[in-house]
Amino acid sequence: MTLKGRDIINIGDLELDEIELILDISKEMLPVARGEKRSRTLDGKVLASLFFEASTRTRLSFETAMHRLGGNVITITGQEGSSLIKGETLADTIRMADAYSDIIALRHPREGAARMSATFSSAPVINGGDGAGQHPTQTLLDLFTIREELGDIGKQNVTIVGDLRYGRTVHSLSLALGRMGATMTFVAPDMIQMPDHIISDLKGMGAKVKRTTDLKAEIPASDVIYMTRIQKERFAEEEEYRKVAGAYKLQVRMLDDAKKHMMIMHPLPRVDEIHPEIDSTRHAKYFAQAFNGVPVRMALLKLILEGE
Amino acid sequence: MKEVKIAPIKNGTVIDHIKPGMALKVMEMLRIDGDARHGVSIAMYANSKKLGLKDIVKVEELELEPDVVNRLAVLTPNATISIIRELKVVEKYMVQLPQVVEGIARCENLNCISNQKEPIISKLIRTSADPPRYRCFYCGRDQENVQNNII
Ligand SMILES: [Zn+2]
Repeated sequence: MTLKGRDIINIGDLELDEIELILDISKEMLPVARGEKRSRTLDGKVLASLFFEASTRTRLSFETAMHRLGGNVITITGQEGSSLIKGETLADTIRMADAYSDIIALRHPREGAARMSATFSSAPVINGGDGAGQHPTQTLLDLFTIREELGDIGKQNVTIVGDLRYGRTVHSLSLALGRMGATMTFVAPDMIQMPDHIISDLKGMGAKVKRTTDLKAEIPASDVIYMTRIQKERFAEEEEYRKVAGAYKLQVRMLDDAKKHMMIMHPLPRVDEIHPEIDSTRHAKYFAQAFNGVPVRMALLKLILEGE
Repeated sequence: MKEVKIAPIKNGTVIDHIKPGMALKVMEMLRIDGDARHGVSIAMYANSKKLGLKDIVKVEELELEPDVVNRLAVLTPNATISIIRELKVVEKYMVQLPQVVEGIARCENLNCISNQKEPIISKLIRTSADPPRYRCFYCGRDQENVQNNII
């Protein structure tokens, strides 16, 4: 098994043992990611970090990952990215980046942008999120965070809360958790619940899943509570949004019956799904999760550029 | 509606049992224009024992290849193809849904990269034969109705 030269477009493209390998190498990367050890593993290599829409956390963690491994970064961000979109095709930008770099990390507002880019680039492409599409490195860092905190992912009861209908990243996460044998509870109002086809895919792989609207009732049994943002745009009326969103917020007082090790995750940025008072509790793991973006992306860069 | 008869052809291809009303779309999809050599005759809304109504397209002096006509399956899955030589049917088969459909139907996801100004053509991959289901190669969207999005 090797990931050398591979494009990482969709978490579904990775076999389970490949995911395990990435998580193992991510663990090895921790001391380097924290700056406790130095590495020149990717000395002389160049990452093209192409961000056609803002995503500060993802971009900085890709770039930090490359720097920590002794590699170099060339970058397109924000304003530059948006004017490029108007000026030339993505295919042409990718051809240029392919010529200048050894590996490409791409964030783009159009779904399928990463898959298309991979067909135009001989350098491997890592999808850093395409529109409402795939975001495989987010899924990998989510899995890594659970494994770091709790051990065997397959033994966990993961409660996923928020916009489950439209959020493709929660679909990818759920499918990955399902493949690893985790139990899942989906908490959302009916209109933004997990779609039937994902539920049937999950049941098809033998995963134990259920859907509910009651967050509070699920807290005592959860090992992980994965919060996501409920987007205002999904609702016709402001009033309805406020009513719905209000029912899917975590407050400190709701955690009295939680398991001691229960961990709360969030892909960030958050709005007000998690009350700031929770930040200082032992349950808050979303900042650790954000940090884990660095070792996981280091592992990917190393495995894709150097092999094992 | 009265029975429509179109003249048999001596050599060429007969596409029969086309979904009623789809004949022109079929021609467009096969890029058949008809000229002095490749005469084309069409019957639309003809009576059929099997389908009630159907369209028929006959192309003279042209034997269409399976990988060309199979693209029609996306549009009209029950169409049959007969290859005619010297007034005899030498080959007859039903169109089969292709595994990959390129440049025939656009992805229904308007935000898909394949619907932007990029040097690529749409590409749908079959995920199930019966019922036929396709998924966009680029954005991964499962298509609700490919026939509505024929280019
Ligand atoms: Zn698409």
